[in-house]
Amino acid sequence: MDFAEPDELAAHRAAAREWADANVRPEWVAEQLRSGCHQTPELHALFARDGLLAAGWAPEYGGGDVSPGFAQAVFEECTRRGLHFDGWSTTTMVIRTIEHVGTEEQKRAYIPAALRGELLAALGYSEPDSGSDVAAARTTAVRDGDGWVIDGQKMFTSTAQVCSHVFVLARTDPDAAKHKGLSLFLVPTGVPGYERRPIHTLGGQVTNATFYTGVRVPGSALIGGVNDGWNVMKVALVYERGVGNPGTMRKGLAGKLGAWASATRRPDGSRVLDDPSAAERIGRMAVDEEVSRLLGLWMNWRAAKGGVPGVEGTMSKLFYSEASQRHYSDALDILGAAGVLAPDAPGAPAGGAFERDFRAAVVTTIYGGASEVLRDVIAERHLGLPRNRPGKGGP
Amino acid sequence: MNLDLTDDQEALRATLRDFFGKESPPEAVRAAEPLGFDASLWRKAVGLGLPSIAVPAERGGGGAGSVELALAAEAAGWSVAPVPLVEAAVANDLLVSLPRAAVPEPLAARAVAGDLAATVALRPADGDVARLVPAGAVADLVIALRGEELLAVEAAGGTRGAVPNLGSMPNLGSMPVADRRLDEGEATVLATGADALAAHGRAVLHWRLLTAAALAGVAAKALGLGLGYVAHRRAFGTLIGSFQTVQHRLADDATALEGARLLAYEAAWARNAGLPEADALAEMAFLFASETAFRTASDSLHFHGGYGYTLEYDIQLYFRRAKAWPLLAGDRAAAYAALARRLYGRPYGTGRDDASEGRPGPATDTEG
Repeated sequence: MDFAEPDELAAHRAAAREWADANVRPEWVAEQLRSGCHQTPELHALFARDGLLAAGWAPEYGGGDVSPGFAQAVFEECTRRGLHFDGWSTTTMVIRTIEHVGTEEQKRAYIPAALRGELLAALGYSEPDSGSDVAAARTTAVRDGDGWVIDGQKMFTSTAQVCSHVFVLARTDPDAAKHKGLSLFLVPTGVPGYERRPIHTLGGQVTNATFYTGVRVPGSALIGGVNDGWNVMKVALVYERGVGNPGTMRKGLAGKLGAWASATRRPDGSRVLDDPSAAERIGRMAVDEEVSRLLGLWMNWRAAKGGVPGVEGTMSKLFYSEASQRHYSDALDILGAAGVLAPDAPGAPAGGAFERDFRAAVVTTIYGGASEVLRDVIAERHLGLPRNRPGKGGP
Repeated sequence: MNLDLTDDQEALRATLRDFFGKESPPEAVRAAEPLGFDASLWRKAVGLGLPSIAVPAERGGGGAGSVELALAAEAAGWSVAPVPLVEAAVANDLLVSLPRAAVPEPLAARAVAGDLAATVALRPADGDVARLVPAGAVADLVIALRGEELLAVEAAGGTRGAVPNLGSMPNLGSMPVADRRLDEGEATVLATGADALAAHGRAVLHWRLLTAAALAGVAAKALGLGLGYVAHRRAFGTLIGSFQTVQHRLADDATALEGARLLAYEAAWARNAGLPEADALAEMAFLFASETAFRTASDSLHFHGGYGYTLEYDIQLYFRRAKAWPLLAGDRAAAYAALARRLYGRPYGTGRDDASEGRPGPATDTEG
């Protein structure tokens, strides 16, 4: 056994920092906080200009010769500086899916456009009446000559503010069983019948509801086979839950809070870390973070060996999301009254980072598979217990 | 990075499972109560060389590493084997890790060969008495910290100087714990001063590491017992294993089990490699495995319904030990607090220790 996690990007870190120093503008972080949109078009254009988006892709689909390691190091450096690019994450999922199931024509049209930074795709899976039960989607797509007409509503279409497309899950056969009548479409956002309304969240992020009223798309918008959408979704889900999604625990809350508790004194002169109750909770965070790191490592190890990290990914996501909610709640308790102060408020500990992340942690047990669904999956597939949800094909 | 056991380790694991499965079935565990010691099983374990599997070959041991020893502890925990494997392994490792001049060679050789069953008192002695020593009721040799001396006391005659702490029922874990007098029998000073404190501290952490592995085994079996029960017991016309509330608790337990096992292996690997974070990882492994084993055994017992409360079902054997084994090292809450101070305790920015524990909590990774 060998638990050492070599930094495979070590050779690229310095160059990535230089790239970020030369290109990243600090006001973008503030702008993302203000607007709640976790995608900055100016930054994305720079990624495209320098070939970072095209790194690692085949030349026939617009791939370039920039090292994927360097690109990844730049993305991580930008993340470290507080920037999000969720729109590129979802776009990557979509074009990887197209690479697997798309026609040659689609691959040559959509993938190069995305790598040039011109195509950005948000995910249109959830609906007002369906979230974790994603296959219950009611949005419809009906054939119209060579194309399709789409009607329905999608929820939590994050970064659609700046996206050129939405990857829409729609019902193409209302008479078929629940999982068998679905298809996926890459729908442009600038077309008649498309409408977007913002949804404000308690994490500060502004996501969207998107509406489709008689939206006409050409036949080339259909990704994968007609009524084969559930299988197409499975390809996309691997990229959502698995690869390159190590989880928020890597932020190292225990380390940040431990440093704060070590440096901060209470009115009686004692360090916060000398309070046994505070220290105990910080110790628990450190242990959970290590377990979380190991479960993530385990998932990546299984994937690196060529397996599908199904149960490992599910356990990893369940553990880190549940643990991080406990931790941020404990962190605010330890901060006491100052824990309520928002980012950049005068006197906010660590610039309000704990308060901001407490808010954001709320959604981690909901998106990408709610904890209850994940526990069902573990009970069924790992422990061999009877399925307790209505079966596929049910109502 | 490689998270797989080697082929040899896999083979060892299978052998250990077979051995403990056959030699330490629940009937044997019950028969060994209340003392919690099966002399015949112990002779067999010694015959296989398990308590000295990680002692260097040139000192008479098996020459294997910490991971192999952790696998042995895990298998023993899995069958709640009534043998002081963890204690003897810790004592043997301590004896051969001290400077040779300090340890009379016959003493170390006899312990490694299994002629002497050795143990380590986890807490400093209270005057001339080491209190609640794990395996204290059955060990021939006790290593204890008395003041600033690390002593090895070989028991005189049959009493072993042991004061068994038996009440009207077995102790919670049916463990052979006992107070041991350090002023009876033959005492050898192994180390003094800072060396004694450091050697004792290392041994206690080693005990925590191996107990973590044993508790991962306890958790695995407790989960299996619970699953076996809920997959057959019916209530309200259906299997209780189909109820979501039952499934979800077991799913959380199964997730924690994988974490506990990975962390115990990682801590063993780090100890073997002599990494600076090995001590913190051993502490973490102990704390997480303790909580996981108890919660899993507790959930599993609960799902047995009224039968879980009876002595007839095996889950109580696991439930009691899951609580009792780690308690010998004291209150977990205090250990968590000590861990946090160890990781983050230096005033920020004043010394290399801020970040030297690196992975388990990068204290330098602050905002802004």
